Amino acid sequence: MTAATTNGDRTIQFREALREAMTEEMRQDERIFLLGEEVAEYNGAYKVSQGMLDEFGPNRIIDSPISENGFAGLGIAAAMYGLRPIIEFMSWSFSLVAADQILNNAPKMLYMSGGQWGCPIVFRGNDGAGGQLGSTHSWCVEALFANVPGLKIAIPSDPYDAKGLLKTAIRDEDPVFFLESERMLSDKGHVPEEEYTVPFGKAALRREGSDCTLVSFGRPVHFCQEACDILEGDGITCDLLDMRTVRPLDSESIVESLKKTNRIVVVDQSWPFASVASEVISQVCEKAFDWLDAPPKRVNSDDVPAPYAKNLEAAFLPHAEKIVTTVRSIVR
Amino acid sequence: MSTATADKDARTKSRKRPSAELPDKTLVGWLRDMMLIREFEIRTMQAYSNAKIGGFCHVYIGQEALAVGTIGSVNPDDPVITAYRDHGHALARGMDPGACMAEMYGKITGCAKGKGGSMHMFDKPNHLYGGHGIVGAQTPLGAGLAFAAKYEHEVMGKGGKKVALCYLGDGALNQGALHEAMNLAGLMGLPVIYIVENNGYSMGTSIGRGTTMSEDLTKKADAYGILGATIDGMDILNLYDHFKPIVDTCREESRPAFIDMKTYRYHGHSMSDPQKYRTKDEVEGVKQRDSIELLAAYLMDDRKAITEDDRKAIDKEVKAIVRDAMKFAEESPVPDVDAELYSDVYVNPSPGCSPIREYVKGAKNPLL
Ligand SMILES: Cc1ncc(C[n+]2csc(CCOP(=O)(O)OP(=O)(O)O)c2C)c(N)n1
Ligand SMILES: [Mg+2]
Repeated sequence: MTAATTNGDRTIQFREALREAMTEEMRQDERIFLLGEEVAEYNGAYKVSQGMLDEFGPNRIIDSPISENGFAGLGIAAAMYGLRPIIEFMSWSFSLVAADQILNNAPKMLYMSGGQWGCPIVFRGNDGAGGQLGSTHSWCVEALFANVPGLKIAIPSDPYDAKGLLKTAIRDEDPVFFLESERMLSDKGHVPEEEYTVPFGKAALRREGSDCTLVSFGRPVHFCQEACDILEGDGITCDLLDMRTVRPLDSESIVESLKKTNRIVVVDQSWPFASVASEVISQVCEKAFDWLDAPPKRVNSDDVPAPYAKNLEAAFLPHAEKIVTTVRSIVR
Repeated sequence: MSTATADKDARTKSRKRPSAELPDKTLVGWLRDMMLIREFEIRTMQAYSNAKIGGFCHVYIGQEALAVGTIGSVNPDDPVITAYRDHGHALARGMDPGACMAEMYGKITGCAKGKGGSMHMFDKPNHLYGGHGIVGAQTPLGAGLAFAAKYEHEVMGKGGKKVALCYLGDGALNQGALHEAMNLAGLMGLPVIYIVENNGYSMGTSIGRGTTMSEDLTKKADAYGILGATIDGMDILNLYDHFKPIVDTCREESRPAFIDMKTYRYHGHSMSDPQKYRTKDEVEGVKQRDSIELLAAYLMDDRKAITEDDRKAIDKEVKAIVRDAMKFAEESPVPDVDAELYSDVYVNPSPGCSPIREYVKGAKNPLL
């Protein structure tokens, strides 16, 4: 478990933190390029890559037509050849068009080639509900993709981690799926001037308590914070673990916290069936069954395609109220 | 333009223009539909600004002649499928404007009970198989609709010869799905017409920056051995003159076609687009050939089918229709969370499908 550095007072947006990570790495390593839809001349559909075309030029900041399967595969082979591609999906929802490339080729190349060719590539983009975007555009791909060996998945919840984890991702020798949230891109947070990275597989303890362990990652960490505020009014305090990466998963930190609280709720924005939350709970049952004083619980998005209507979408997400109810049901 | 279409052109030119044979009533109906779509979209933008509509919302202003003219060239029971810029197709196909607006308001009275939103206009009674949000996703479905219609006719001996219309943006030209679908359609002889709504841009990418051979897209049709043509989609009469014969051929001979139909969107890609990729002059230039003005001028000056007063009356009529649609959307209830969140997931929900809750049957779709 590590705590975020809080020295200094520079605050920047989540999107700026992502941009800084890419820009700083690109200055040091000319093998790195950024490829995706509207990343160059339009400055990014969500302005993450704003100004990068000006600095690095069109050979390294490259606009692609709407051909996810094509440009994902192009990036994979470029990584095999020796480059370090960053492939931006405007949304992870659109990565499904490229499923064969990103799930068959990227994570399995090393194995299939008997250790000859790895695939040092970063795929990044928005994940999860963006705000009434409906069923096809609101994918939380973490549950689906975490099932696949050979890839790593990072899901930052604040600008500090966004920058530190993305740097780690770019330097990693393996394919990394980097999941951002449109809903957090404008969030501001402390990001120091000086160089740092955030390691994979080390959760951050966001809050300390004694009654229950909350495990989450990405945007739902904020839902958990809200829930913790409400629960504290009832005198219930929680450890809140932000996993930062779900593969690798820092199950050690989870077990350590559980030994103190003896209760656990996992909050995950993907669907419940075969989700990251299910995996966390399996591991907890395997590794710390005797420490549980109540059944482990999960809070996911509702088990339906993402609805468009505002009220349905609000109900659908793993929001604070659902978390509060679930924690109360096991803490008496 | 491929030879097949060139021959066709020669044939049509020797006859009277097909549009000249259309009765006034049909053409005035088209004018009304185009004016309805424009008014509907103006009010859609307002409602979006007032946060009545959420999510991604893409309006059809500028492209009205394309949906109205192509849909006006097929039968009401020919299957139609399109992308996410779909309000125009829905209205042209005859969707109740109230159901269309209520969908965007996220109300239970919407065509998809508020579950789909702007990008997902589905209308079963009017054979509209949806607006689709994933770029290119509708293109294999277009082939499938043609396959099923052909199967129904040839194997089951039911239904007449149908032709499916499948619309796509110029951005979808670069999705693998389209190319697989076109090859299948060519191979199997499927009566599907791929209509590229070529408005010159996919988001901020002009067609030349994203697509090879953009100056002559019919070469893509040639590559799959299917009929190809380039048609100006701003002038609805010209559109009909060139498109209707292709529809007839595809229907009769059970074969696919691919049409590069030139059009233009007057507004941004979606409601949040600063449009730095094009100049105001470019947009103003295109507006000089506005499709509604072209048809209105023809009907008033050439055909003398309507007067300036008639046009004003149509304007009044469509404004009233859209006002009523907004009122209907505004006053309709939102979907009940308990009844609707877990409905429409399965037709036949078996126990144990979800670890959270059982699925249920919700309210009947208002269009059914
Ligand atoms: C597979 C996929 N990739 C990206 C997107 C995001 N996106 C939505 S619309 C669009 C541009 C499409 O332009 P075009 O096909 O020309 O249609 P138009 O908007 O001009 O009607 C993009 C990139 C998407 N919806 N689906
Ligand atoms: Mg376009």
